[in-house]
Amino acid sequence: MVRAMHWLVIALSLVAGMHSAWAADIPVKEGESIQAAVNRAAPGDVVLIHPGEYRESVYVDKDNITLRGVVVDGEWPVLEGEGKRNDAILYSGNNFTVEWLTIKHFKGNAIMGQAGNNYTIRYNRVIDTGVYGIFPQFGKNGLIEYNVLSGIEDAAIYVGMCDNVVVRHNEVFDNVAGIEIENTRHAIVENNYAHNNTAGLLVFITPGLPIKTTYDVILRNNFVVNNNTENFGAPGSIVAKVPKGIGVVIMAADEVVVEGNIISGNQTAGIVITDLAFVTDIASDPDSEPNPDRIEILDNLMFDNGADPVADVKAAMMTQFKRRGPDILANFGSAQEPDNCILNKEQYVTFGLKKWSKCERTSTADIETYLLADGAPPREIENDEDRTLRLYQGICAGCHAYNMRMIGPPTVAIQALYHNNAKGIADYIAEPHKVRPDYPPMPGQGHLSEEIRQKVAEFMLNVKK
Amino acid sequence: MEKRYSARALRRLAVALCLLWLPLPATVHAAGAEFSLKDYCPAGFQLNGEGCYLQSLYASYDSLQDSGVGGLKTGLPELRQGFSPRQIDLGRLLFFDPVLSGDHSMSCASCHDPNKGFSDGRALSVGSKGQLAKRSAPSLWNVGFLKRLFWDARASSLEEQMLGPLYDSHEMANTPEQLLTDLRASSAYRELFAQAFNGDSSIQLDQVYTAIAAFESSLISLNSRYDLYAHGYHEALNEAEIEGMNIFRSFVARCAECHTPPLFSHQQIAVIGTPEPNNRPLDPGVAAVTGDASQRGGFKVPSLRNIALTAPYMHSGRFATLREAAEFYTGGRGHAVPPGEKLSLHWHIWEPKLTGEELDRLVDFMGALTDESFMPQIPASVPSGLAPVVGVQ
Ligand code: HEC
Ligand code: HEC
Ligand code: HEC
Repeated sequence: MVRAMHWLVIALSLVAGMHSAWAADIPVKEGESIQAAVNRAAPGDVVLIHPGEYRESVYVDKDNITLRGVVVDGEWPVLEGEGKRNDAILYSGNNFTVEWLTIKHFKGNAIMGQAGNNYTIRYNRVIDTGVYGIFPQFGKNGLIEYNVLSGIEDAAIYVGMCDNVVVRHNEVFDNVAGIEIENTRHAIVENNYAHNNTAGLLVFITPGLPIKTTYDVILRNNFVVNNNTENFGAPGSIVAKVPKGIGVVIMAADEVVVEGNIISGNQTAGIVITDLAFVTDIASDPDSEPNPDRIEILDNLMFDNGADPVADVKAAMMTQFKRRGPDILANFGSAQEPDNCILNKEQYVTFGLKKWSKCERTSTADIETYLLADGAPPREIENDEDRTLRLYQGICAGCHAYNMRMIGPPTVAIQALYHNNAKGIADYIAEPHKVRPDYPPMPGQGHLSEEIRQKVAEFMLNVKK
Repeated sequence: MEKRYSARALRRLAVALCLLWLPLPATVHAAGAEFSLKDYCPAGFQLNGEGCYLQSLYASYDSLQDSGVGGLKTGLPELRQGFSPRQIDLGRLLFFDPVLSGDHSMSCASCHDPNKGFSDGRALSVGSKGQLAKRSAPSLWNVGFLKRLFWDARASSLEEQMLGPLYDSHEMANTPEQLLTDLRASSAYRELFAQAFNGDSSIQLDQVYTAIAAFESSLISLNSRYDLYAHGYHEALNEAEIEGMNIFRSFVARCAECHTPPLFSHQQIAVIGTPEPNNRPLDPGVAAVTGDASQRGGFKVPSLRNIALTAPYMHSGRFATLREAAEFYTGGRGHAVPPGEKLSLHWHIWEPKLTGEELDRLVDFMGALTDESFMPQIPASVPSGLAPVVGVQ
């Protein structure tokens, strides 16, 4: 019994200890710096940003960090770019969460990720930032939900070169592009409200990028309404070439399912399916497959689309003796081929769908999510021992093999020289001097902190093979 | 240790004496020195079976779709590796040996000088008989990671690439026949090729190419201060450099959208419209290779590793400093495109309106990409008996 109590105490203290080790809250108040808090944060920590205005950009190059706004009495924390700061939030760490922030007036993006996996971006308001609102890039497994974004001159939510993404319950309006899925696989875009953009939802392959494919994308249960805003994209940008008045654009992407959406009031067309010829004046990329293949349009509610189409579509209308533009337009080329399918085609005004076949499935309800149940596997195990090992193998072992001459003398010879004197090694490598006439000089490692040099030195003295 | 040193000194003396006797232009001569090839891998590599494989901290990361592009902790693209230590070392000797050129005056290291970041410090390289090459010599650091070679991406392997300089009348101006005859005339090379290629001393062209490719692939630069930051040692960069890094990867400057880590190139073709120096006509770049007009002025995005060492910059060497190269991107979309030319400029070339300070920080950051810790040894002598050639003579 006493023994059991004893264990309980240890167990409890372990839990408590772990808790404080991996979930400290770091409060930031107006007048303080969010970045300073991030710099102090350890993996697992939550930076709590209190209401007020913050005139800074924040970057997060650590894993498991949460930036969480604290909203009090309707007062939000606001990141203010004043039209001169680049991006509001830049992250590269895994398991990053950002939520409850208002972001305004940045030159670049509001929230931008470069290679962080398992990201969560939610409950944010993004107003009139420059290029993209939310832009994760090169990330696996991400959730983007309950964000409201407006006034963005490119895509409000732009998922670029990612895998396994769910974008849901967001409102995007008054942007050039509402939600864009580009060179990305296994994505679900559902329950969003995309209105009053130049175009609502876009699923693209853009040529010239290092990851070439887009496939397995589901667009379902979204409101895609009245996307008729004049295109105000920056000259030269890809979205600047998108005609106004389109609900959904599918360009070159494969295996896109469109289901259960309400698509109405888009004056050029409800849905456009096209190959890469849609964007002109762009360098060709032979490694990008240009054709949209195996597109499935299941049941959608569509009306009042094509009321006042742009000139090109109007011309196509004339040739078909139609009085209004299409709900669904398959552009010339492979978009018109029978590998694409649709349900209840006769309900809609369609151009170019003559050869389309009838879809076999009627619903994607069996697919609940594309998020990974266990997340993307961590890129590395973060503990000191492991880091020292990798530092030794990645840097020192490049020149020091255990028992033979490489660029530097064998590790056994160094162990014999230094015995227990790790400090001696740590000092030597900070500023190596010439010892052996028949070896090249060793490059200095003074950029490693003293602590790391000491650890690596200890490691070297204990290498056994 | 003493003994080895004096043997080495003697060998040097023998080589020196030998060289003194050489008539000019130098003919191939069996060097008095004995050469033997290293049986251990170059810096950064470990022997695994017969071949050398890179040891890098980057091996602990993956990358989306195995693309080798991403952010800080992102795996590398695939490297040409697995060459034997002896093949790599033979390649090193060949690389510095002027016997590879038609008149025995130039080596690969003439234009890819290790002391100049494996470039030559010139806007346009100087080839055989003082002729100007059409473009600037790129660095060869990390070249083993590249899927496409040359500014215009016209070669898809190192072996295919080197046929260019070897046999181009503007560069080394050799012929395959002469190259083989010269190498086979050297008993030292016959012996070394036998060591590198399972006892085969016949010397074949593909063995020459393999050895040089093996050496090129061993030129690894991935231990810069930036890399330490990427691996989590954030104190490795100072404040100005971190600021520069954030500008570099921002969506305003957008440098990282094309010069994407970890190699600082995503290896795609981009039309960005850099200017040619004084009135030279526009270099059509990739379009001249593919015939595709939309690729006019397109070039492979170059890696920026060790970029501080390889001025001047761009395919034409038009910019003398990194500051000028960075400033190009804020000059306005298409500002340097000659009148009458219509180029399909890349969408990331826009009007970022970078301030002077931001440009300075970009330069600071690019300076943190320097790492020469795995510098190979420049041989004191080469098997042909000619003097090794490094840099422009
Ligand atoms: C680029 C190759 C290279 C790398 C990387 C390298 N070394 Fe060395 N190291 C050498 C060479 C060459 C020598 C011999 C220098 C001499 O004798 O003048 C040497 C010598 C040493 C010595 C012996 C000094 C003495 O008093 O004789 C120690 C200790 C050492 N290195 C530790 C390290 C550690 C720890 C690392 C990793 C942080 C490292 N080295 C990385 C090349 C390298
Ligand atoms: C006369 C100077 C000169 C010599 C000698 C020379 N090169 Fe080059 N090298 C260049 C130039 C200039 C380029 C770029 C040419 C282009 O892209 O059109 C280049 C490009 C390369 C590239 C492509 C790099 C990249 O990033 O795409 C490699 C690899 C290369 N050289 C290897 C070699 C080898 C190996 C040798 C010896 C066999 C050699 N070079 C000899 C000037 C030279
Ligand atoms: C659209 C893609 C793209 C973007 C964005 C981009 N670059 Fe480049 N960069 C290139 C290409 C392509 C070249 C080669 C162009 C040439 O030679 O004409 C190049 C060349 C360079 C060079 C010269 C490399 C050498 O070896 O000579 C430097 C330095 C450079 N870029 C820095 C930057 C910086 C700094 C930024 C951000 C301000 C940037 N680049 C943005 C595509 C890009």
